[in-house]
Amino acid sequence: MKVVIMGCGRVGARIASILHHNGHRVAVIDTDSRAFRRLPADFDGETIIGTGIDEDVLRAAGIDEAAAFVAVSNGDNRNIMAAQVARLVFKVPEVVCRIYDPVREDTYRRLGLTTVCPTTTISAIILDQVIGTTDVAASGRGGGS
Amino acid sequence: MYLIVVGGGKVGFYLTQTLLAEGHEVLLIERSPERAAEILEQLGSAVVAGDGAEAATLLAAGAARAEVVVAVTGEDEDNLVICQMAKLKFHVGRTIARVNNPKNEQLFRLLGIDVTVSQTNYILSLIEQAIPDRSFVHLLSLSHADLAVVDAKISATSAVAHRALGEIVLPADTIITAVARGAHLFVPSAATELLPGDDIIAVAHRDREDELRRLLVAG
Repeated sequence: MKVVIMGCGRVGARIASILHHNGHRVAVIDTDSRAFRRLPADFDGETIIGTGIDEDVLRAAGIDEAAAFVAVSNGDNRNIMAAQVARLVFKVPEVVCRIYDPVREDTYRRLGLTTVCPTTTISAIILDQVIGTTDVAASGRGGGS
Repeated sequence: MYLIVVGGGKVGFYLTQTLLAEGHEVLLIERSPERAAEILEQLGSAVVAGDGAEAATLLAAGAARAEVVVAVTGEDEDNLVICQMAKLKFHVGRTIARVNNPKNEQLFRLLGIDVTVSQTNYILSLIEQAIPDRSFVHLLSLSHADLAVVDAKISATSAVAHRALGEIVLPADTIITAVARGAHLFVPSAATELLPGDDIIAVAHRDREDELRRLLVAG
């Protein structure tokens, strides 16, 4: 399947690389061309310089035929906007959006976006190691806001 | 009326200053502490430093009792999220967003922002009106109804010149509301014959604007 990824940081490049090795067609968008150096040498997917909140850039990345869109740039608001564009304008079936701020993550999850919040997830894993599983769920919420 | 302005650039600063002078209760939220301190010296306590997209900042600013939130930062994605957070979490009645990329105006309305302001589009339309031979000018967008008011000049070679309005098949969702002929402005009837030099004021659905342009302007 075709997957469009916005943000070629550690996470974006890793997702692109794994999908590529699994035989999927991948397009990666980043505002900084140097970010594409993180992609493996044998990566032959598309790289597009630009911002994923621009419909023309998304179109150039082949969003019209994408089965999934992943928003993992380093800006919460940019991820949120791009995810909404992918979902509402381009009707991409699977849209996943990374949001660091737990409050924003909660708000947009309620709105129907599929969201991942590294802040709560990683805090929960670390707390699990430090104090055990008991209070993890409660501690994971509210952090960072 | 209590208004929150987010973004302390030039637009946010002068907007806040003007609203304060008009007697409104206004709070300006600016992300950079240095810029906020600068504004504080000029506007007094009407400014706080903080990220307007963060719920905690909006909560502390009293967003729940704000009637209007205006997001005028230089980044469209920030303006979008500020307005959406104000609406979704604090149920602010009216949100106004500055749109830097004119292509985002329609998108923002689709995403629930009440009013969008595009400086680029505004300046473009002023330029269009100032070009003398410009035959089709977008005058105004009526945002809630997706309607546009346009001004078209009928040329001698236009396909509709010397034809009565009643025999011209207009695109759907368009209406010719007025005709300016020299100094005379009137509401046309089906019998009105369009003459070269006439200025046509029409209301059109935004999707029909191009079609109307082709009909009125093309020969």
